[in-house]
Amino acid sequence: MPPTENRPRAKPHLPLFILPFCLAGCSGSQSALSPAGEEASSIYLLLIVTTCGAAVIWCLVTALLVYAGRSRRHVYSAGAGQKLILWGGAILPTSILCLLLGYALWLMPATRPWLTNNETSGFRIEATGEQYWWRFAYRDAENGISFDTANELRLPVGERIRFALRASDVIHSFWIPSLGGKMDMIPGRTNFFSLEATRPGIYRAPCAEFCGTSHALMAFTVVVMEKEPFREWMERQTNLLRPRETEGARLFARHGCAACHTIRGTQARGRIGPDLTDIGARQTIAAGTLANTAENIARFIRAPHAVKPGVKMPAFPMIPQAELTALAAYLKGLQ
Amino acid sequence: MSIFPREIESLWTLFTAPVVWAFHFLACYVGMALYCARRPAGLDHDMLRLGLGAVTAIALAAIVVSAWLAWRQWGFGTDDPPHDDATRKDRRLFQGFATLLLSGLSFIAVIFTALPLLFIEGCFP
Ligand code: HEC
Ligand SMILES: [Cu+2]
Repeated sequence: MPPTENRPRAKPHLPLFILPFCLAGCSGSQSALSPAGEEASSIYLLLIVTTCGAAVIWCLVTALLVYAGRSRRHVYSAGAGQKLILWGGAILPTSILCLLLGYALWLMPATRPWLTNNETSGFRIEATGEQYWWRFAYRDAENGISFDTANELRLPVGERIRFALRASDVIHSFWIPSLGGKMDMIPGRTNFFSLEATRPGIYRAPCAEFCGTSHALMAFTVVVMEKEPFREWMERQTNLLRPRETEGARLFARHGCAACHTIRGTQARGRIGPDLTDIGARQTIAAGTLANTAENIARFIRAPHAVKPGVKMPAFPMIPQAELTALAAYLKGLQ
Repeated sequence: MSIFPREIESLWTLFTAPVVWAFHFLACYVGMALYCARRPAGLDHDMLRLGLGAVTAIALAAIVVSAWLAWRQWGFGTDDPPHDDATRKDRRLFQGFATLLLSGLSFIAVIFTALPLLFIEGCFP
């Protein structure tokens, strides 16, 4: 007897009790199954309708199969068989597909551009995908709103917000699963889009089009706020200026960070990397990659590529540790 | 002279419906794309929709005519498929039946192509 036969076989037990816990993945901050926006709700409804419809059809077909395979059958005429094929195999599926197509087309916001285009001016957010982060520009010419931020989007609840989507290098895709569907960001093109959030909360939005080595580390946070706090936040952002003569600001300038980053009010006016004016207040740093702590900021500055391969920010191994700590504390303090 | 070709046995009808489908598809997509790229002043979006609706009606009518010719070639359904004998009659019936099915497919395809016209209210901004 070969020795292996003696070994008790490892039984691949599926711990069934784990399965219900998988349902936890259906709620949360990045789920199309717990919608917090108009568009996401209609996508969710479409999903429910198609899933239930498919389940009913599956049951019917299976029942028919069981019926056809029963032991005591009787023979149908060729004509009856052909009728069954004509109605059950051609006319019925065609009509169902027609209804589904009509329903899905009717749901598409892109077919009703008045949602986004009834006025050409007014408030809008210009979002640009960059390898591997997000640039957001809040613009409202009439009300004098014009400020930039990065990697964290703030939206008011219950208001339709218009977006202009662009890309600076390769194709990215803008997708906030909890709020709505996807729209690609294509270099050399502006795509228009709109969203209406219905529930305040904090959501996560991943880049939904492969864009390079750190594509999986390119996400942004969406903070949906009540209208009043949102107005106040915009007000504050519009007038936000950081003091220019602090130790942190000096370090920031001295190590060349200002060539790529803006901190409004200081001499840092670079446009290559993310705006850092309110970096300390964001949920995460490096486009959803690390928790926002002073230690992580220091770690990222020291060796960005170790956190995000292929990143467009150079490493700073030469900054003395004490200065790095001070720099990170300064940035974390920009709230 | 009748408007329908006297010749019953013809390969031409086999192509008619898919070709109509192809031209209808091009008319809808190229027409809408050109309109949205140029936005000509004299033509508004609803007029284009109506125009393409008319093109759709014509395409469907052409497909119905081709289906009727196929039905005639198939002997108005007097004989059942599969028409697989090596005879001239079966060849004619087989071809007629295949043409009829293709016409059905093209008819549905034209409807599916045109369906967005019911919903699209304008060009993308
Ligand atoms: C050559 C341009 C460049 C220079 C110089 C540069 N950065 Fe960056 N920085 C970037 C880019 C690009 C990113 C975005 C990286 C990513 O997430 O893909 C970035 C990201 C960051 C982030 C994370 C931002 C966020 O929104 O989470 C911090 C913090 C940061 N840089 C700090 C610094 C500091 C401090 C210095 C100076 C020591 C510096 N950077 C120098 C280009 C630069
Ligand atoms: Cu991306």
